[in-house]
Amino acid sequence: MTLSISNLSAGYSGHTVLEDINVPIMEGGTFIGLIGPNASGKSTLFKTLAGLIKPMSGSVKINDEDITNLKRKDRSRRVAYMPQAFGCNALLTVFESVLLALKQTSGWRVKSDNLDRVSDTLNALGLSHLASRGIADLSGGQAQMVAVAQTLVRAPEVILLDEPTSALDLHHQLSIMTSIQTEVGRRKPVVMAALHDLNLAAKFCDRLVLLRDGKVLADGLPADILSLPVIGETYRVETDLEKTHRGALYVDARLRA
Amino acid sequence: MTTDVDPAEMRQAYSKQITRRYIMIAIVTLILLISFFVDVATGPGKYPLSTVFDVFTDPMSHGVRLKVIVWDYRLPIAVTAVLVGALLAVAGAQMQTILNNPLAEPFTLGVSAAASFGASLAIVLGFSVIPGVGPFLVTVNAFVFALLTCGFILFATRLKGVGSETMILFGIAIFFTFNALLALMQYMASEDQIARIVFWMMGSLSRASWGKISLGTLLLCIAIPFSLYRTWPMTALRMGEETAESMGVDVGRLRIEMLICVSLLAATAVSFVGTVGFIGLVGPHIARLLVGEDQRFFVPLSALVGALVLSLTSLISKSITPGIIYPIGIITALIGVPVFVSIILSTRRERLS
Repeated sequence: MTLSISNLSAGYSGHTVLEDINVPIMEGGTFIGLIGPNASGKSTLFKTLAGLIKPMSGSVKINDEDITNLKRKDRSRRVAYMPQAFGCNALLTVFESVLLALKQTSGWRVKSDNLDRVSDTLNALGLSHLASRGIADLSGGQAQMVAVAQTLVRAPEVILLDEPTSALDLHHQLSIMTSIQTEVGRRKPVVMAALHDLNLAAKFCDRLVLLRDGKVLADGLPADILSLPVIGETYRVETDLEKTHRGALYVDARLRA
Repeated sequence: MTTDVDPAEMRQAYSKQITRRYIMIAIVTLILLISFFVDVATGPGKYPLSTVFDVFTDPMSHGVRLKVIVWDYRLPIAVTAVLVGALLAVAGAQMQTILNNPLAEPFTLGVSAAASFGASLAIVLGFSVIPGVGPFLVTVNAFVFALLTCGFILFATRLKGVGSETMILFGIAIFFTFNALLALMQYMASEDQIARIVFWMMGSLSRASWGKISLGTLLLCIAIPFSLYRTWPMTALRMGEETAESMGVDVGRLRIEMLICVSLLAATAVSFVGTVGFIGLVGPHIARLLVGEDQRFFVPLSALVGALVLSLTSLISKSITPGIIYPIGIITALIGVPVFVSIILSTRRERLS
């Protein structure tokens, strides 16, 4: 399984957000961090990859198959996208909300194996204690983890997560990222996650793609990307990449004088 | 802090919840059946329940007079109450889901007001939108105007930047426009015509007929499977438009399909009985409190609750003063609203337990 983006331009009604994006071959079983400042085009890229926005030019390919040629049903079975916003007042339990995500592509009747998939997913993300809680009563962080569960339960080939950790505390940031990493190793999907925390990205991702103003500025191994001067320029800060005594990468950032 | 729950336990909790919902549907169905029979057995002529039941199973068992009372007069009214209640509640439930607004229903979106205007146009000017309908002039006019209004709502949802709050504002605008036009009609009308308009607007089940009943049943028999087939995308839509879209739901198309279906239901119901507000609101609300928003249970239960409420209304409308049948529109508002408010206030805490 591979995902690749070539010469992709996309945007909204005449206004171009992404310009000539190239991200060559992303292999299954890779955890890719999409980094870049606010309004750099991360969400637009995700929507285009998920097929919600038609590319103006260029292409997105899953195994040499252009996603615009896939039928909607087929595409949503293979590509799962978690939008940034989550939160609603529907009277549904956490279990039901994850089940409904699965049921979009798995027939009308609820089968026993559907229920297994839902409980396994909730379990893997450490959400089983919330299963019969109403989604309207969740905290922001809990809701975000449920949204991740809605994406993972469908067992897609490509998983796109728009800021999966933005509302989480330190413990849950680490636990959700670990669960995603486990999923990457187990089922070998391509996972692309937009992340603002560069240290978190360095710790978990196999590859980083840096986006600014709708263009890819850098693409490569975390250690290589985070040491580039372009990181400091992009975020308008001074940065140094250090290694902690445990061997983890650490981005030390300061505001420019 | 995090206590792990065994996956088997999670599944069991879900299965229990589903069983509870089936039981809930069974209970409401049973109450509806009781209410329906009591409704048929109630009327100016006081016949025992057993006699009415005899006539029900064998029309001629107690002579022609009773056959006419039960089969030609009471049954059509009782059936219409059930049918129209179900139609209005399903229409309300679906409108609330597709417009993502708990206030949406045929009345608040101006569909009833449009139907009233259509009816008054027929009563005052004798003007028919579809020529050659003869005695169905008033009903057909009401239907066409209701349908046109739904079409306008459909068109409005396609406009850019129209959110769910804007939709209700549109509804209010439609409501006031048609009310003004209706006032104009009343101003032009004779005394006799005014009386007919007012009576139409108050809502009445006495316009029931077996022809209308078959048409309404047919629509409901199409609409319920049509909705149930779309139950998973509709449930996903409750998670928000963006989330639904990200799960692969074609939100635009789903909205149009459902709104067309719902328009037919609403227009039919309103043209049959006149203005009956509140059923489209109360049916879905009570259903939601009882079974949540999994549409597999929510839509059928909304229909049942709507039917039950209108059936009880029909019963109450003839029980207050013997010999007088009060217009149902008045009853639903006067008795239904306080009951409804108390239900909301008392259950809003323990919604999903």
